[in-house]
Amino acid sequence: MDKTQTFSIMIVGVGGQGSLLASRIIGDVFLAQGYDVKVSEVHGMSQRGGSVVTYVRFGENVASPVICEGEADIILSFEQLEAARWLPSLKPGGKIITATQRINPMPVIAGTAKYPENLIEKLKAQGASVIAVDAAALAERAGNIKAANVVLIGVLSKLFGINRDVWLSALKDNVPQKYIDVNIAAFELGEKAAQTAA
Amino acid sequence: MRKLMLGNEAVARGLYEGGCGFVSSYPGTPSTEITEYAAKYPEIYAEWAPNEKVALEAAIGASTAGMRAFCGMKHVGLNVAADPLFIGAYIGVGGGLVIGVADDPGMHSSQNEQDSRHYAIAAKLPMLEPSNSDECLRFTKAAFELSERFDTPVILRLSTRISHSQSIVELSERENVPLVPYEKLPAKRVMMPAYARPRHTVVEERLSELREYAESCPFNRIIPAEGTGKPKLGIVTSGPSYNYAREVLGDSAAYLVIGMPNPLPERLIRKFAEMVERVVVIEELDPIIETHIKSLGIPCDGKNIFPLTGEYSQGLVAEKLLVKKNEYAKLTEELPGRPPVLCPGCPHRGVFYTFKKMKLTVFGDIGCYTLGAAQPLSAMDTTFCMGASISALHGFLKAMPDYASRTVAVIGDSTFLHSGVTGLMNITYNRTPATVVIVDNNITGMTGHQDNPATGKTLKGEDVTPVSLEKICEGAGVSPSHIRVVPASDTAAFEAALREELASPEPSVIIARQPCALLKTVKRGDPVTVDTGKCKGCRACMAVACPCISMTDGKAQIDAALCTGCGLCAGLCRFGAID
Repeated sequence: MDKTQTFSIMIVGVGGQGSLLASRIIGDVFLAQGYDVKVSEVHGMSQRGGSVVTYVRFGENVASPVICEGEADIILSFEQLEAARWLPSLKPGGKIITATQRINPMPVIAGTAKYPENLIEKLKAQGASVIAVDAAALAERAGNIKAANVVLIGVLSKLFGINRDVWLSALKDNVPQKYIDVNIAAFELGEKAAQTAA
Repeated sequence: MRKLMLGNEAVARGLYEGGCGFVSSYPGTPSTEITEYAAKYPEIYAEWAPNEKVALEAAIGASTAGMRAFCGMKHVGLNVAADPLFIGAYIGVGGGLVIGVADDPGMHSSQNEQDSRHYAIAAKLPMLEPSNSDECLRFTKAAFELSERFDTPVILRLSTRISHSQSIVELSERENVPLVPYEKLPAKRVMMPAYARPRHTVVEERLSELREYAESCPFNRIIPAEGTGKPKLGIVTSGPSYNYAREVLGDSAAYLVIGMPNPLPERLIRKFAEMVERVVVIEELDPIIETHIKSLGIPCDGKNIFPLTGEYSQGLVAEKLLVKKNEYAKLTEELPGRPPVLCPGCPHRGVFYTFKKMKLTVFGDIGCYTLGAAQPLSAMDTTFCMGASISALHGFLKAMPDYASRTVAVIGDSTFLHSGVTGLMNITYNRTPATVVIVDNNITGMTGHQDNPATGKTLKGEDVTPVSLEKICEGAGVSPSHIRVVPASDTAAFEAALREELASPEPSVIIARQPCALLKTVKRGDPVTVDTGKCKGCRACMAVACPCISMTDGKAQIDAALCTGCGLCAGLCRFGAID
């Protein structure tokens, strides 16, 4: 990977899905690889079930911590609709890794809007390369549905030629001791899913 | 040691390394984590105060005792703390005193956009502004030295993108700073007119010295452009805006990065302006550096190009300065929005459902419960600042007494203690038949679960006797028979109490009490389920705006993974379909 180019990963999801944790794990991986790293998070009101976005950027020298329209090399999405919402941030030729999970937002629950159908096909039709994974089901198989974020990190890890021990060590540094086994299992299921999806 | 650190965590590390011994703050996004991280160092005494004014006064007290002290808050918190801020400038410090204030351009989690640099100018205080986590750490340490050297409080200006971004920091050891010996100095610390007049002169002299210091201080720095010849573009910028400019323009432009936005230098700016062909100022939010540069007779661009509102980004800088926009794809259909909502099991939900059902006029306040204003509950008429629900309800009812039977104020436990109590005294003292609802979830919720005087725990985790909301209300003059405590989960009891108190001509308080559903100590119940045979698809259960409930094939469906079993929806079903 060309270190002089800043690489941008955008993590999107619904408040409470663990995007902060994901951004910290990914940030630590690239820090350990010797990159300059910047991560930007959103706290407060939007975390209450709202649309949440965090940014991870790395390179030789990263100036800005945010990602604008057409800048993300990868969008890591925990929910289909959020992947679609943030598509404008994707660089032409960029990749989307998304969970197939659907979480109805309040306008859909209240009946004033419909959840769009066939979003993954629509994203592909826009020229995005999409890896769709049933992360929730894999996380459940690993032992905790909340580890869906780590399943997706497992998928993401396969896009970089970085030793998996680096990923596992960043994972161990960021999750509580008692959840380590579940998270490692989730990470491994993500790695396998990446191979079948690719 | 190199570490990836949140800006707020780096400020806390700066407090630790800089020998700070005392921290008092009130939580407020995006400033909260400074104090939470500071509390993790055993060497630092750290606390939550009931509000920012108390916190800053406490920090001034610790500084007077000779200890390095810190007080943190969000931008609107500085409005609350403005009184001690302005007088703090007069009395100066004993041990170094640093006030951290985090602005929120873009209003990620705030009720307004406010540029805290105005306070530094108005209170005549030096202000530092870091642009990444490493500077957060170094500027915090340096702020203590500056504070003691110039005998002045120092403001550290942060913003959401600095406070909540992580970048690499280099850690060092804690500096051992002994207390500055305390002396009784009434002429310096008793601000009555005879003593305050000479102190004002001191403040003005100090500001002149700081202006001189600004010319050569390490916080303001010129970064030359690459290559020879006069660069076309000279960017004067500060804080997060520097990062965006750097991202877009790289080494093609020269930069004057202002790390000390008050007082601003003069000769340094003149020197920089002569180095470049054109000066452009990029700053969030108001044109403070720009106005200063223009006052020196130097032409520059600024807010004629960049907006006064919202958060900046490299995309904005590229668009406004280079007329360049990235290509991107977009789905053609309109996507449903995803606004934040009250959480599943939230004890506030039944309260707002009842307000809506009774068609009440609702004076709201600042906290998670502000989400009661969102559709479909839509049960709020006003929200503006901390504590205002109660005080504004009083004024509203004086002007329109007829509304007393159908208007309430709603406020959280932490906000009530912050600045609701004084409004309640105004209601009893000036005899308004107002009804106040305190939604007591036993935590400061929106900022991410901070303890407060009513929770019975301190920031350091010690158990203490909790402040009693009932007794405060009684002491404030509300008759005990009109202080009603009901479980928030019992919507029938809440509605009955509300109807009685709204009908009564006495001032009243209803405390709807139930701990926040997200607290670790709160046990989740078993999820409720829908008997599709009994469900008629009437959507009555949907009126509570619970994210767990949706309609599938004309029948209600409950997401078992999210449901906490609060049972609010079950109580609304006339067909007994939810259990």
